[in-house]
Order: sequence, then C-alpha cells, then structure tokens
Amino acid sequence: MINQFQNLGRSTLDTFSKFGRSQIFLSHILAALGVLFTRFRLVIAQMYAVGVLSLSIILVSGLFVGMVLGLQLYNTLVNFGSTEILGAVIALSLVRELGPVITALLFAGRAGSALTAEIGLMKATEQLSAMEMMAVNPYKRVIAPRFLAGLFSMPLLAAIFSAVGVIGGYLIVVTVLRVDDGAFWSFMQASVEWREDILNGVIKSIVFGFVVTWIAVFEGYDCIPTSEGVSRATTRTVVYSSLSILALDFVLTAVMFGDI
Amino acid sequence: MVCYAQLKHDGVAMTETDDILIKIRGLKFARGERWIFDDIDLDIPRGKITAIMGPSGTGKTTLLRLVGGQLRPMAGTIEMGGKNIPKLRVSELYALRRQMGMLFQSGALLTDLNVYENVAFPLREHTKLPESLIHHLVLMKLQTVGLRGARHLMPSELSGGMARRVALARSLVTDPTMMMYDEPFTGQDPISMGVLVRLIRSINDALGLTSILVSHDVHETLSIADKVYVISNGKVVGVGSPEELKNSDSDWVKQFVNAESDGPVPFHYPAPSYEQELLGDAA
Ligand SMILES: Nc1ncnc2c1ncn2[C@@H]1O[C@H](COP(=O)(O)OP(=O)(O)O)[C@@H](O)[C@H]1O
Ligand SMILES: [Mg+2]
Repeated sequence: MINQFQNLGRSTLDTFSKFGRSQIFLSHILAALGVLFTRFRLVIAQMYAVGVLSLSIILVSGLFVGMVLGLQLYNTLVNFGSTEILGAVIALSLVRELGPVITALLFAGRAGSALTAEIGLMKATEQLSAMEMMAVNPYKRVIAPRFLAGLFSMPLLAAIFSAVGVIGGYLIVVTVLRVDDGAFWSFMQASVEWREDILNGVIKSIVFGFVVTWIAVFEGYDCIPTSEGVSRATTRTVVYSSLSILALDFVLTAVMFGDI
Repeated sequence: MVCYAQLKHDGVAMTETDDILIKIRGLKFARGERWIFDDIDLDIPRGKITAIMGPSGTGKTTLLRLVGGQLRPMAGTIEMGGKNIPKLRVSELYALRRQMGMLFQSGALLTDLNVYENVAFPLREHTKLPESLIHHLVLMKLQTVGLRGARHLMPSELSGGMARRVALARSLVTDPTMMMYDEPFTGQDPISMGVLVRLIRSINDALGLTSILVSHDVHETLSIADKVYVISNGKVVGVGSPEELKNSDSDWVKQFVNAESDGPVPFHYPAPSYEQELLGDAA
C-alpha cells in the first residue's frame, strides 16, 4: 500500500520534472532561433529531411482520404438529392479538420519519430557532447534547425494534403459518380471562406507542427542514451504527439468553430 | 612548428613555479547518494601528460566532463589559467573550450559527415577561412594521424582505432592548448594501441600541449605519462611519476598497478551480506 503511494508520488514527480525540462528545453530552442538567419542552409537541409521526405506519404494519404470522403458523402447526400454540395463539404472537411489532423498524425509517425531517433542516437554516441566540447552549441547546430524545419513543413504539408484530398474527391465524385462538374467547383468556391476556414486550418496545422516537433526533438534530447532508451523515446514521440494532436484539435475546434 | 615547440618548452622550464595549467581544489561531486569525488585536489602540469587512473566507474569520464564544464561540481574549484570553470558564464565557457580538445571514448564522429568533413567541422563552425586553407589544415591533421588516404570514408566505414584517430585529428585542427583523452586504449588491438600511444606522446611534445589521459590500462598509461593520479572511491589514493607509483608501498596503488583482482579496491560492488541475501531473514 505504502509502496503504491510511493510509486504514484514518484511518477507524478517524474512527470512534472520532465514537463519542466521540456519548458527549459524550449526556452533554449527559442534562444537559438537566430540560426534561421545566420545558418539558413542548415534549416533548408532539415526541411528536406523533415518535409520533402514526408511528401510521398502525405500525397498518397491525401488522395485516398479525399476519395473515401467522396464515396461516403455521396452515399449519404444522394438520398437527399443534394449531391451538388459535395465539393463544398469535401473541401470544408479537409481544410478545417482532416487536412491538419491527419497530416499531423502522419507527420508525427514519419518525421517526428525520425527526429527523435536521430537526435537520440547523436546523444547516445556522444556526438552532442563532442559538439559542446568543440564549443559548438548543439541547440544552434542540431536542435533549432530541425525545430524550425518541422514548424515550416507542417503547414505546407497540410495544405498539400488538403489540395490532393480535393482532387481525390473530385476524381470519385465527378469522374466516377458523374456529379456535375460545375456544381462541384462552384459550391466549393462559394462556401469555403478565407478567414473562417482556410486561416483557421492553417493555424491548426501550425500549432500541431509546433507541438509535434517540440515533442520529437525534446524526446530525442532527453532520452536515456542507450539503444533501448532511444527506441523507447521514439515510441513516446508518436504516442504523445498523437494524443496532443487530437486533444488540441478539440480545443482549437471549440474555440474556432463552436460557440463554447 | 619545431621552433614553436622549442620555445614553449624553454618557457616551461623557465617558469618552474607557474607551470600548473589546471588546479583543482576541494572538488566534490555526487551522483544520487554516491560521492564520485569526495574532496579531491589535483594539479595538471603544463606541457606534460598527466594520467588519471582508476577502476571503471570511479568517475574518470566524470572528471573530464567537470573540467570541460559539461557538469558542475557540488563544491570546489577547477581553475584553468586563473579562471574557475564552474563559475564561468556560457559565453566564457565556450571561449575557453576552444582551447580544449577532447577525445571521447567512442570517438563521437558526426555520423552524417565523412572523415574530411568531420575534421573540417570545427574550422567551418568557428572560422571563415577560405576553402583552400581548410583543405590544407585538414590534410595536415589527417596526415599527422596517418589517415590522409581515408578522407572520403564515412564514420561507419572506419574501425574503432581509425575512428579514434580521426577524432584526434578533429580535436587538433583548432590548435588547442590542452587535450583530454578518455580511455583512448580501451578495446584497441595491440597495433592500434601502439599507434595511439606513440601519437599521444609525439603530439603532446611536438605541439607543446598539455594532456590529461584517463585510462585503466596500466601498462600503456605508465609508459607515456609524466605524472599519474590514482583515484578510488572518490579519493586520490596515489600520485607521482610512473616510477614512484611502481615502487609505492600503498596497498591501493600496488593493487592497481599490479592488476590484482582483490585488495583495498573490493572486487564486489557494495551489497548487503551474501548469507543474508541467499538465506533471507532466516539467516
Ligand atoms: N548520467 C549519469 N547518471 C547517473 N549516474 C551516472 C551517469 N553517468 C555516470 N554515472 C555514474 O557515475 C559513476 C562514474 O562514471 P564514469 O565517470 O563514467 O566512470 P569511469 O569513466 O571512471 O568508468 C559510475 O558509477 C556511473 O554509474
Ligand atoms: Mg569512462
């Protein structure tokens, strides 16, 4: 009994101290953000690793999600004889919700886990220590460029996801199911608003990008420097990122679209 | 280069009293409940190779990290050229580190860069030297460690000994005044071991460096060190030249130098009594 209380206390303390460490870590990153201007090429190189290499999974998933949306919504809307609004519904679901959320989940699995593993391995093989001893600040050389790359890539990937999703929906709805082409596009154009829909979606994807990348680089930097420690940290990145994305999505949606 | 080294050596000889580069006083450091260093004093003489010896887990790596400012002690001072390292501000610490080279146990090469770029890394980070000059400097240092021909290889293609030599070249490329070696001989075959021993000695003398060598390889270490500290259980248990240590009548030092398995340094990690653990409370 006493032991259970002890364990509960210890894990609570551990959680809080880890949370504290992640805040300090973030403040170090923020202090190192000048690399965006002084070492732009490092950021570009990381955007390739983080963003461009995630592109294929985003394209494929976006296409399929758009096609599934088209099919499902058609089957419902056809009963009400209102299939012409399909374009609007598909675009709105993608831009407001599915684009940012699914992209962020995929991004956590593809880029986030890779970031954690890479940084964790650099820690385990003393590369980060060696940099410090060479008077090279690892926050500037390693962490901040990756953080910025994640931050910039996520909104771009989400935008690409939504765009490809719309194309996927179009392929199914217009090409296969023979809904009117003009209605598809004109309803979409009429109902998707810049501020209410697009901007809110972009804000979501920026928030998700921030959180996922922060978790990923922090877990890598904070891991136990052994091969087992790195693999656990990688798992944690995916789990914590996914939970944060879904929870934050609810909060953001409530603030943006709900009248809560 | 020879002239330069000569000058340095003359300089050292002339200022006999002032030739301590690093002065450690009353150093205390704990990990959890355990004191890794319990009030120790060390002097690292300028221009010499000082070895820190002790069994695994005594805190040799920890000591190097304390000197490098990566860890902060609970008490005591670590002075290098009059500056107390634990009290330095980050910018001052980074400035001081540029005078230090450290060879990590694993080599710690950056895995995404090839040998050439690894050695060039500190130059690219700290200087705006033209490419041609970087090229010359890198090839010179690679030549020193005998790996000029391996410059296109990736770290994953190197043997352990080669990786350590590349790391050595990388540490030397910014011309530090002090080198720290963490277990440079561990896990090396006899030939690479011989190569490293020769390199450490000749680099120290040719470049007028000060070296701190952390090791538990008694034979090799005693063969190149000028001064040796033996550390055990958080205390300095022996200090002197290799000759003095070999003839020491301290039990600790004898056990270590003669590689006996049991003695004042126990074979067993601290544990409750064996009978009690096996027989439970019945005992
Ligand atoms: N990050 C750490 N956290 C907790 N304990 C550590 C850590 N690093 C080292 N230790 C402990 O400190 C002691 C000294 O370690 P170290 O300096 O690596 O010894 P050595 O290099 O002499 O083998 C060891 O008992 C080790 O278990
Ligand atoms: Mg060690």
